[in-house]
Amino acid sequence: MYRYDEFDHRFVAERTAQFREQALRRLSGELSEDEFRPLRLMNGLYLQLHAYMLRIAIPYGTLSSRQLDRLADIAERHDRGYGHFTTRQNIQFNWIKLEDTADILESLAAVEMHAIQTSGNCIRNVTTDHWAGAAADELADPRPVAELLRQWSSLNPEFSYLPRKFKIAVTGAPNDRAAVKVHDIGLRMHLDASGARGWEVIVGGGQGRTPAVGIIVRDFLPERQLLPYLEAIMRVYNLHGRRDNKYKARIKILVMELGEKRFREEVEAEFARIIHPTAEVDGKELERISAYFAPPSFETLPKISGAFEQAKLDNAAFAKWARVNLAAHRVDGYGIVNISLKPPGGIPGDATAEQMRVVADLARRYSFDEVRVSHHQNLVLPHVKRDDVFTVWKVLEANGLATANLGLAGDIIACPGLDYCTLATARSIPVAQAISRRFADLERQHEIGPLKINISGCINACGHHHVGHIGILGLDKKGEEFYQITLGGSSSESASIGNILGPGFAGHEVADAIDTIIKTYLGLRHDGETFLDAYRRLGPKPFKEALYAAPQR
Amino acid sequence: MPLLKGDRFIKDSWIRIDGDADLPFTGDILVPFARLLQNWGEIARHPGLVGVVFPNSERAEALQSFLSRLSLIVLPFPAFTDGRAYSIGRQLRDLGFAGELRAAGNVLPDQLQFMLQVGFDAFEVPDRFPESVWQKAARSMSVSYQPVPGARNVWLARHGELGGDRDDQDPWFEQPHAG
Repeated sequence: MYRYDEFDHRFVAERTAQFREQALRRLSGELSEDEFRPLRLMNGLYLQLHAYMLRIAIPYGTLSSRQLDRLADIAERHDRGYGHFTTRQNIQFNWIKLEDTADILESLAAVEMHAIQTSGNCIRNVTTDHWAGAAADELADPRPVAELLRQWSSLNPEFSYLPRKFKIAVTGAPNDRAAVKVHDIGLRMHLDASGARGWEVIVGGGQGRTPAVGIIVRDFLPERQLLPYLEAIMRVYNLHGRRDNKYKARIKILVMELGEKRFREEVEAEFARIIHPTAEVDGKELERISAYFAPPSFETLPKISGAFEQAKLDNAAFAKWARVNLAAHRVDGYGIVNISLKPPGGIPGDATAEQMRVVADLARRYSFDEVRVSHHQNLVLPHVKRDDVFTVWKVLEANGLATANLGLAGDIIACPGLDYCTLATARSIPVAQAISRRFADLERQHEIGPLKINISGCINACGHHHVGHIGILGLDKKGEEFYQITLGGSSSESASIGNILGPGFAGHEVADAIDTIIKTYLGLRHDGETFLDAYRRLGPKPFKEALYAAPQR
Repeated sequence: MPLLKGDRFIKDSWIRIDGDADLPFTGDILVPFARLLQNWGEIARHPGLVGVVFPNSERAEALQSFLSRLSLIVLPFPAFTDGRAYSIGRQLRDLGFAGELRAAGNVLPDQLQFMLQVGFDAFEVPDRFPESVWQKAARSMSVSYQPVPGARNVWLARHGELGGDRDDQDPWFEQPHAG
């Protein structure tokens, strides 16, 4: 894992001191709320419906046990005993007092964390594959590049007042678990014939009110050109992105308005003339960072663990959990343990302080001190010996953390919605809870198979509804909440934007509607065909018929 | 409105030429970009220094052929959230412009360091902040991941390159001066 050196420490400490002074100026009335807003937003502090919300960056979703313990402390001391893991691998605390924020940031700085650029029209926390460094299908760990980008983008003077927020995602695996095609910039690692690394550069993907799959501007950009090339993209966006309408200000709109060809020409022209000031040290810095991400000292173990196989035979619940929540590791004898934060009827992504401590302790004892946060709002223990998996599961089970639904119907992504958020037009959490309760039967979830249900409480799409196999968007119609359903979205390497199925549903009808869609799929699927594949083969027609021709509607 | 330069408020001696007003016979003149395009022949012959107010909707390349004759470029920030001039400033410096690069418009202490870092070296600032506020704002961060004036560059320092020892570098240092 990356560790701060004296410079990183100093950077965060100075920034924290600066924010403490700004918060004091606000509390004393010297700064108006209007003047304070952009300053607090650059430090992750939002003003929500009921209180301030602090969004803390978890760079590329990687945490040490010490950091997770610290988040638990903050949950207890400054919030209501829990935190909310977000779809951008961050954590949010929803009940924060302005007076406390500088102290919180200071206690985060002590464990090498911050909230810089988790908000505002700047480059946000860089996200990546939550199985980075562990996944069996990975070419190489993408996190060194993600860390390089974190530093490069931190308080970058040229790119701190962009037309709109800017999100970068990076993956080092062919199976895209980081949704890179629906980010402002997505980077996919490739190797050339000589084994040298390069990056496929995808620009202009996104969700929100104008969902789009990004365009490929470079198939294979040599790694040493990465930063100057990104600078060229950022500069073209900073100069020409729209600033007259915040709903048209993301880079995807610039790409659409210029067209793919002209956008690429602009970027290439800028790239050709850009003077990249750290060119001589980029490579050295990447090398320095990479050393921190050297694989931990894995033991040489047999592929098959007798203890693990026996435990599965002895314990059906464990076997069921292991089938979906345990993923293949690149090293024999290890597995990737996925911890679902989606118990039936629960709030997606919420974890109590106690649960955080349990996971931190498991990481310390069984996973080389590492935890990951996934953009699906779950936690991951990336490096667990198969021999230990049963022991880990028992601890998880005792703490309500062993729901066996990873990637299934109950593993719902949902934004905070109207329960917390000022932007929301409808609630997301109760809808997620109702669906989760409806599919509480694990037997049934396993029978349905891989399914992503994503819920957003407004058109900004923080709940990623556009790329849910089933997407649900909460809207407001004359004071009533209603929910639009989309089918066929995906954020994988074969990304697609879901299609709206038809008229929306009232909140209490949504779970029934989802049930009908699933039943239709089960009736029509070929052997072994996933929901998404079936939808791609069948199209919307049978689902529409089932939903809207039913007598009750 | 004070003009901030080198940590101090100084007198602004440039003569602003609005719209179609006649050029004075002497003195340093500051003309709008549109006027520069219109009357370049006359402006180029002016005996004093020449500066231009360059809107952030224009491309930096549009100034390229004039740069050697310009001693001042004023880039307005219509709102502090409109960050276009950060890129234009960088581009002008990269094009070799060594004269005064002045930020105007909605210039506030909280953005001063970023502006210095991309190459601005003069600022038309509002009256309500004393010099001391600006002096402090110019130094709010002592380290930067970007190689910029006024802060120690983290990457260069780590790898023992240029910039490693310039710990308490002057934020105004390295900035070229006009005239």
